[in-house]
Amino acid sequence: MDQALQIARNDLLLAAELDDTHLQKILSSLMVPGIDDAELYFQHGCTESWVLENGLVKEADFDLKRGVGMRAVSGEKTGFAYSDEIGLATLLEASRSVRCIAHLGDSHTLQSWQPSRYPQLYPRSDPAQSMQAQDKTALLYQIDDIARKSDHRVKQVMASLLSSYDVVLVVAADGTLAADIRPLLRLNVSVIVEENGKKESGYYGTGGRFDYKDLLAKQGPEDWVAEALRIACVNLEAVAAPVGEMTVVLGPGWPGVLLHEAVGHGLEGDFCRKGTSAFSGRIGERVAAKGVTVVDNGTLEKRRGSLNVDDEGTPTQCTTLIEDGILKTYMQDKTNARLMKTPATGNGRRQSYAHLPMPRMTNTYMLDGAHSHEEIIASVDQGIYAVNFGGGQVDITSGKFVFSACEAYKIEQGRLSHPIKGASLIGNGPDVLTKVTMVGNNTELDHGVGSCGKHGQMVPVGVGQPTIRVEKLTVGGTDI
Amino acid sequence: MKHNEIAQSDLLKVVPQVLEAAKRAGAEAAEASASSAQELSVTVRMGDIETLEYGRSQSLDVTVYFAQRKGSASASDFDSKVIEELVAAASRIAKYTGTDEHAGLADASDMASQLPALDLDHPWQVDTNEAVELAEQCEAAARAVPQIVNSEGASLSTRRSVYCYGNTHGFVSAYPGTRHSLSCIAVARQNGAMQRDGWFDTRRNPQRLQSPEAIGHRAAERAVKRLGARKIKSCKVPVVFVPETAASVLSHFFTAISGTALYQGRSFLQDTLKQKIFPSGLDIIEQPHLQQGLYSAPFDSDGVATRERFIVKDGRVQSYLLNSYSARRLGMKTTGNAGGARNILISSHEQAQKSFEALLKDLHQGLVITELIGMGVNGVTGDYSQGASGFWVAGGTIDYPVEEITIADNLRNMYKNISALASDLDERHNIRCGSMLIDGIAVAGT
Repeated sequence: MDQALQIARNDLLLAAELDDTHLQKILSSLMVPGIDDAELYFQHGCTESWVLENGLVKEADFDLKRGVGMRAVSGEKTGFAYSDEIGLATLLEASRSVRCIAHLGDSHTLQSWQPSRYPQLYPRSDPAQSMQAQDKTALLYQIDDIARKSDHRVKQVMASLLSSYDVVLVVAADGTLAADIRPLLRLNVSVIVEENGKKESGYYGTGGRFDYKDLLAKQGPEDWVAEALRIACVNLEAVAAPVGEMTVVLGPGWPGVLLHEAVGHGLEGDFCRKGTSAFSGRIGERVAAKGVTVVDNGTLEKRRGSLNVDDEGTPTQCTTLIEDGILKTYMQDKTNARLMKTPATGNGRRQSYAHLPMPRMTNTYMLDGAHSHEEIIASVDQGIYAVNFGGGQVDITSGKFVFSACEAYKIEQGRLSHPIKGASLIGNGPDVLTKVTMVGNNTELDHGVGSCGKHGQMVPVGVGQPTIRVEKLTVGGTDI
Repeated sequence: MKHNEIAQSDLLKVVPQVLEAAKRAGAEAAEASASSAQELSVTVRMGDIETLEYGRSQSLDVTVYFAQRKGSASASDFDSKVIEELVAAASRIAKYTGTDEHAGLADASDMASQLPALDLDHPWQVDTNEAVELAEQCEAAARAVPQIVNSEGASLSTRRSVYCYGNTHGFVSAYPGTRHSLSCIAVARQNGAMQRDGWFDTRRNPQRLQSPEAIGHRAAERAVKRLGARKIKSCKVPVVFVPETAASVLSHFFTAISGTALYQGRSFLQDTLKQKIFPSGLDIIEQPHLQQGLYSAPFDSDGVATRERFIVKDGRVQSYLLNSYSARRLGMKTTGNAGGARNILISSHEQAQKSFEALLKDLHQGLVITELIGMGVNGVTGDYSQGASGFWVAGGTIDYPVEEITIADNLRNMYKNISALASDLDERHNIRCGSMLIDGIAVAGT
């Protein structure tokens, strides 16, 4: 038997004295006439955090979470119940409420379980166990020490280590049986510098679905601190940002948050099915300039946004959303795929057992184009170059999206000049990618710290892109 | 899932049990909190039920102190095996955290001794069918408006929870609370362009909820008003923030005067006690004992008694928002704000009886901002740049809807430049504020 499945059964079912016949009994009880599918989602997780501030590892926290979500789907309707108590009696009682969602319809029978097949993209172990507690605190003290020694302007250093380990098990009446063991690690460093009474902050973070050994393999505390400090010092020199529509060059990697906000959310199957997205009904149409190809790929090894299987047990995949500027497909969970008569794409995700799954992004990024980074910067007479962002937001119905730069520069006559203060950039999702005039050949993914919120649910995601040149984005500065 | 009542007495047993376990593990001091919640929520979309959700959740948190070293652990379970596991985990962690002279419980003398009755518990015995019917009425009212072509649905939710906190000073106390909400999001269309907007109400007492029809109609009206929105030329103009966006602009003030931001040195309002941050005549009061208040609480999350007080008086900062830890760090006394500020009221001497319409007359020409999006706020410098939408105002009345713009300034300037407040308070938010006029904000458009 699959090792993940074995761990999940032991962890989640055995402890609650549940076996396969119990699960069948619960699912059968849910499958009254009219119910298309029924599902149980068991989850057990633990998270650990260590926080340093003011030169002290001040706080550490350990969290244990366990629970089950039960769902019955009937056409467009969903009945759902969740509890932190996993037990046969509780589950059978809940099934009576949940199945009430059914309108009269066809009877579906319980399919025999077919364990999902999928590759193993990340280790099946708790990252917290890969380093001793004293080494974690030593790492944090080292970050503090390096930062304070490298620049006398450093007034505050905050650093944290966050790890989580989740075991999930999905069983559904349609024959789905899948387990996934999901490690996640994240490091944050932020510094505050002060010079002549002026303060600024800089942040660097990195992480992924791996352990401490991987975290320290490519970079170390010197690199993390140097990057946070560099951003803080650049911002000390920043002048007021310009105002109005102008040419914007977005750097590689994290600026891919543009794609996430401008097109990503609008291509999620639920919005498209309901007709509330500005991209609804536009498959086959041009939504981006030629040369722009965007994918959502949940299968990248050890990435923060990756999953072996999504939260409905569907193996993840690499889905081409936009190909050479043409809209190809939406991201789907099972329910929306069924209703739109198209295959699920492995994008059914949920924050936890206490939340309903819906179509969500994994790692969303733009593929390489033809131009070099230098060529793109050199092509701009007047504009800005934005390379780091705090985050973004979108109204998927009007299509308006915003993303907030925290490291940006003016471009004058093809050269980077002054750094500018943080400014929000605003645009219209359905046409912003048609204004992309140059695509770089340097696609990068972010450093593994992205989180995405939708209907109040947070999930880890990745973004990426090469350097791109966009015409006429509105820059929200104060220099008017 | 189990629809049995949440018993306050269970939590009042669990918390001392955790504290006892902590003492047995050798902790010199400990604190614990437990909460339990039960929730029903229904969503109706396009005239038919879409989701029906039943939820039950619990959480248990423990913090132990060993010679000024702190460790914490939490779980979603009250099982006695889990309690032992949590205390062991917290104690293990506390071996590795640093010795912090400021760590520890709040002073025993600050513990809430008499709990005011706040009238927060109003369970709603609404059954699923009734809940669906109310949501249907709400969405139907929105869809009855001609330009409404689609909907993201109407939702009704009802939740009851009990919160209990205790520590090794011997303090242990619990209180229940309910929260009921009804919301609707409507989608309007004109010339191929769609606009979406919504409305909601949320109350401790279900009888005080706005009617489903009023909420649905308001959602539709708001979506329709946005149709035909356009960009404007970049400019520097006075701006009226409606109560929701005014609350958003002011929320950064409360973050900046929180003890944590201050002792970490990452606030743009460092050392501002007694300083004038707002114009004369502007007062900010915290009212944690408001009857049926959405954010009311008899004690804070350190067990410290909450009390009504001025945070800003006549434009000057009177008090920071401190918990016992940040207070010690700053050499001050706790203000009973562990867990944040509770029920903030913004008022000004001249605001009395000034309607929103009168405020537009004051504005004469400029913008009304009804929505802010993005994350362009720098808490260290106060630099502010956010995506926005709203309406252009000419001659003191609304002219046309505006979108795809940003507004930018520094928050210190914005607070200083508040020139008028209207009396249209929004009771649904923790920061209750009327529409607010601020002069001279940079607007980026075409």
